Amino acid sequence: MEFKDYYKIMGVARDASETQIKQAYRKLARKYHPDVSKEKNAEARFKELGEAYEVLKNPEKRAAYDQLGSGHSAGEQFRPPPDWGAGFEFSGGGGDSAAYSEFFEALFGRQGRGRHATRGGFDAAHGEDHHAKVLLDLEASFAGGTRAISLRVPDLDASGRLQLKERTLNVQIPKGILAGQTIRLAGQGARGAGGGAGDLYIEVDFQPHRLYRVDGRDVYLDLPVAPWEAVLGAAVKTPTPSGPIDLKIPPGSKGGTKLRLRGRGIPAQPAGDFFVVLQIALPPANDEKSGAAYRAMAAALPFDPRAGFGV
Amino acid sequence: MPQREIQVLTGSIFEQESALSIEDLGRLCAADCALIVELVDEGILDGARGEAAEWRFSGAALRRARAALRLQRDLQINLAGVALALELMDEIHALRRRLRGLG
Repeated sequence: MEFKDYYKIMGVARDASETQIKQAYRKLARKYHPDVSKEKNAEARFKELGEAYEVLKNPEKRAAYDQLGSGHSAGEQFRPPPDWGAGFEFSGGGGDSAAYSEFFEALFGRQGRGRHATRGGFDAAHGEDHHAKVLLDLEASFAGGTRAISLRVPDLDASGRLQLKERTLNVQIPKGILAGQTIRLAGQGARGAGGGAGDLYIEVDFQPHRLYRVDGRDVYLDLPVAPWEAVLGAAVKTPTPSGPIDLKIPPGSKGGTKLRLRGRGIPAQPAGDFFVVLQIALPPANDEKSGAAYRAMAAALPFDPRAGFGV
Repeated sequence: MPQREIQVLTGSIFEQESALSIEDLGRLCAADCALIVELVDEGILDGARGEAAEWRFSGAALRRARAALRLQRDLQINLAGVALALELMDEIHALRRRLRGLG
């Protein structure tokens, strides 16, 4: 297993006072709290931080950890010495639902974790709820329909060891589901001792789409149009997640013009809107004929796109 | 080969369920009902009309309650501070959405 340098994780010196450690924790906890932070690895950092604080705030655990010496560096392969832990008694407390590292568990054992495991409040007869995340295609929310969802579930094998088992569920996707929402499958969580099973909560996110951007219940499409289509108006075949439509481009449209198709976004309650953002595409002038067309336009139109600059 | 389940499961969108009682919410958050009442008093949760026994919360309220209690515990801020943090985060979220809409 890898050695973890708890002082480095918390950014404090090895002789830091309890107050300094507490201050460092408060500051970093605010920075990396998963409910607040936008940093990509916030959850991992926050867990690591919680583990470091769990050890360094507790004088017994800190003394035991310090005894390992300062000769180790973070990430180094590490094995606890054979006499490790002798003479120390760890009291639990603190920490919750954080999965502690192998390193932590080797040093302080499972009893060092404090209250953990069973998600609060459930009686053992009723199984625990399970949580998972899946990526769906946007079309699934528009059309509903069934998707096979593969989940890896930790399970105890016959000898009581923890194993990851693959489980595939065919799930009817509720029409109009939004990213960040959760599908609750009653009775698909862990089986409890009394036979009652917990529920399975599947948090949904959308796969990045080739054409569309999703914002809440609204869907955006960048639609390339020719200059004459924007200026003169046109009817343009346009894809939407619920099928292609003929979109009327009003005459005199500019690049960046946003056209709203009310109610054609995600069919949630209430339905979102579909926005088409016009992008003017310039035809290339890579032969004599197209070059001549541009020159004729330059000659015919008294157009100065920089008229407002006054230079 | 493990047997694949061929049965189709139908679920509901949890955030739109709105039948959670104060006891349900407390149980799902591992919190006392008194703490849920405090969340309502601070304006962190809505969906509370009439007597506490008649309150019905949505799944979205459950998520918010859990986030609030995590913030309170992990960052050791009081509920007024939690309410402020959540409101500011909502505002940042809304501004980001508008920014993306402009882009």
